Parts: sequence; C-alpha cells; structure tokens
Amino acid sequence: MDDLNLAMRDRYRNNFLQEVEANVEEGEWAKMCMQCGVCSGSCPFGPHWDHPPQEIFMMIRANKREEVLSSTSMWLCTSCYNCIVRCPREIPITHIMHGLASYAQRLGLAPKEQPTRKFGLMFWDNIEKNGRVNESILGIKLYFMNGFKEGVKTAYKMAPVGWNMLRTKRFNPFALIPFLHKRCKKRSDIQAILRKAQQIENARTVRFGTAGG
Amino acid sequence: MVKKEYMFYPGCTAESLASGSNYMTSVESMCEVLDIQLNEIPDWNCCGASVGYVGGSELPRLALNARNLAIAEQVHPEQDVVATCAACWLGARETRDRLEEDNELMRETNEALAEAGLKYEAKQKVRHMVEVLIEDFGYEELQRHVKKPLDGVKIAGYVGCQTNRPFGIEGESFENPKYLDKFVETMGAEPVEKYDKKVSCCGGGLAFSEPEKSQALIKDIIEAAYDGGADMIVTPCPVCQMNVEIYQDQINQKYQTKFKMPVVYYSTLMAVAYGKSAKQAALGTQIIRAKQLEDIAGRK
Ligand code: SF4
Ligand code: SF4
Repeated sequence: MDDLNLAMRDRYRNNFLQEVEANVEEGEWAKMCMQCGVCSGSCPFGPHWDHPPQEIFMMIRANKREEVLSSTSMWLCTSCYNCIVRCPREIPITHIMHGLASYAQRLGLAPKEQPTRKFGLMFWDNIEKNGRVNESILGIKLYFMNGFKEGVKTAYKMAPVGWNMLRTKRFNPFALIPFLHKRCKKRSDIQAILRKAQQIENARTVRFGTAGG
Repeated sequence: MVKKEYMFYPGCTAESLASGSNYMTSVESMCEVLDIQLNEIPDWNCCGASVGYVGGSELPRLALNARNLAIAEQVHPEQDVVATCAACWLGARETRDRLEEDNELMRETNEALAEAGLKYEAKQKVRHMVEVLIEDFGYEELQRHVKKPLDGVKIAGYVGCQTNRPFGIEGESFENPKYLDKFVETMGAEPVEKYDKKVSCCGGGLAFSEPEKSQALIKDIIEAAYDGGADMIVTPCPVCQMNVEIYQDQINQKYQTKFKMPVVYYSTLMAVAYGKSAKQAALGTQIIRAKQLEDIAGRK
C-alpha cells in the first residue's frame, strides 16, 4: 500500500485539502469548518485526542498530511454523533473522521498499535467471513490481539465479566467451533457483493484522482 | 386493533447466546401483547456497526446494508423495516437515505448487489422499534395494556447516542429527548427528572478496544442515575445495556464505588407491566438483578 501513499502524495503535492476532498468519505465538507470548536468540546474521548476534530480540520488546511494521517486521534471516535448534530455548519464530522482513519489505513499510514484499528479489522474480517459478527469470537480474539501472554492476562482480568455473561446465557463458549454459531447462509453472495463494491470504489478513487491532479 | 406486521432486522447482538439475546426475549413478549408480527429478514447480515469503517470503506458498507434492505423489499415490499438495535437502525437507515438521494451511489450499489442477483429501490421506510411504538401505537394505546403498573420504581431513562443521533425520533430534541421518560411513566413507574447523562456516550463499540476510557464515561452515567435517586436504568440500545451493566464490578474496583445498578430495556419494563413472567421478560439474564421487577412479575 506504500505505493498508493507515494502516488497520492505526489499527485496532490502541497494540497492535502484537495486530496481529502477527492479521496476521503465526505471530504468535500472539510473546507466548510469555521473553527468554532463545538465538535471538540462535544467529543466523549476529546481530552484523549492529540488533535480533536476542530484541530484536524485546521491541520488539513495547513497541509499537515503526515501528522493527520498517522495520528491516533480519529481512531478515538466512538461514533456518538454529538458533533454532527451540534456543528453550526452541519458538517458530517463523524463520517469524515471515519473516512480519514480508513484512508490512512488504506495508505498504510495508520498507527499500527492503535487498539481500535486492530479491533475494527477483526470485526470486518468477521463480517467478510461469516456475514455476521459473533461477539464471543471477537471478544476472545480481542483479548489475544497483543500476543498470547498479554492475552492470558487480559482474559484473567476479564474472566469475571465473561463468567457473568456465560451464567446469564449471553455468551457462547462454543463460538470458536465454526458449526456451532450462526453465520449467514449465503456467505459467498456477501463476499461477492463486497468484492464488487470495493472494485467500483477503487476505480473511482483513481478516476477522480487523475481528474483532480 | 388489527395485527401489525413489519420486516424485522434483529442484528448480531440479538442472536441466541449473544449479549442482547435478553432484549429479543422481552421484545417478543411485548409484541405478543401488542399484536405485532415481526417477519425476520431472511439470511440478514451485519450492518457494520461503528467500527466497520476500519476494514470496509464507504461503498462496501452501503452495499452490505443494502443487501438486507433488498431482501426485505423482495419479501414484503409493503412493510416497513424495523430494527431493535440502535446501530442496525442507523446503518440501515443511513444507507436508505443516502442511496435514495444519490442516484450515482444507488447505481453503484446495485451494480455490487447484482453479483448476488439482488436489486434495491428504497421502497420501504427503515424504522426503530421505538418509533413504531410511539407513532403506530402511541402512549395511550401502550398504556391500555398495562396490567401491573410498576408502582414505586424510580427509573433513569438513558437514551444514549445512536437511537438519538444523528436521526433521532420525530418530535424529540437531540439534547433532551423525553420519550423514554414517557415510556417509564406510561408503565406506571417514576422517571428520574433531569437525568443529565441521558444522551451521553458509553463508549459504544470502543468499550472493547478502549476499556479504561469507556469505563470512565460509564461511571458518570451510573453515578448520575444514583444522584437522581434511580433504582434502575432503562435504555433502548443493546450496546448501552451491555456496557452500562457488565463492567460495574471493574468500575467499583477501580473507582472505589459501590455500584449495583440494574440496567434494563424499555421492552423489559413493558413485558413486566403487561403481566408477563420474569422468564418472558428475560429478568433472569440480568447480571445485576432487577429485584423490584422480579417482585412485580412474581405477583399474581
Ligand atoms: S463544530 Fe463544525 S464548524 Fe465548529 S470546529 Fe467543529 S467542524 Fe468546524
Ligand atoms: S462522533 Fe466521533 S468525532 Fe464526533 S463527537 Fe462523537 S466521538 Fe467525537
């Protein structure tokens, strides 16, 4: 994916705003930000963001491409939609934050150790394979995402929670056995749809990219 | 009233042995009383909730949701699609709205769906169960079925995020929606006045990946309920229910609190008030038991 990163960097040299407008979901809204700060003040994990949404918009205009795309900030979006309903300019901030994270991911610039990035990838993988997400599988995999030793520690820490869920029949201990949890029947249909959608979208990025550059 | 039918999108958390299976049980009990028939969308798939964006970009996510809607349209085009999960509703409704207003996206999505022989035309509305209750029944009708009013129970209505934003419920504000409090009243219980965390975020899916930061938010949500004198919290969202209920022990350890606050669904309250048994209201699946509701359900 590094090549895509270099290609895009060269194509939009010194104009990150244009790159965002062309390649990031709802990116064409970025220039509408008037820096009022309402979004940053409304964001549940805001204090943990290195650059809260308002600042991200400022940095996009200031051409801080690497800083934005490699930031952990957007990955802290909980999809609460507070910013969207409060922004005086009605900018779809949530989608832009997701879009930036996802674009950074495609370019290989996303911070590797960011836990939500890892979680999100497992989540999507679960959808692609099964059509549905199985929380029990996801939970177990998540504990072990930082290696086996860490996993045992986390699993131990989370054991009381897991036991409670098991006790109240809200966790499936057999989920790791493929035939014992529910999956979509037409998984190959779903995979074909997703593959095609991705193809169309990729073609679009290149098309707009060329036009914009 | 005549039987009402809807195409139903239960979502991943509602599967048996999943965290929100208890939501389903109480919804089924509630629907039986109200004579609602839910026709499950055959072979429905995940909506890609919240963190789906990491692996799935825009068009794949739209196509994923459109598959459910296209199937629903095929089976019963005249029925609305109804979801009980906030994230499912959001994903499906956003897909419908965006495709309906953007012909190019609709064309591309249908090109992807054609791989599975499907076609989507955005014929149906996508609604949350709460909208069905308010708009197709109304508080008065909902009250008419109450057999055991939930007397003496004080409840904090925690609406959370995604049932409230960005779409929300018609006629309600984003900052202070009242419908959950009205449900509480309608079932004969007492809502907590001025519950200041009613639309705060619980961390959502990030409770898995950012547990410490999320639990700090959850702590405030529970604390505010105690401050308002609540006996329990009620919510319309399976993610809120799980997050606010299951980490209380960990929060107590970390913050030296003594939380033991039951968290139930609106459908749990309704099932009990409508005279269903503790089992039919799924009270046994509470990690923190809702004793008062168990008592009422146990009464003759
Ligand atoms: S609320 Fe809207 S206008 Fe204000 S800083 Fe945030 S994005 Fe910009
Ligand atoms: S939707 Fe995301 S960016 Fe917006 S306020 Fe919520 S967490 Fe912050």
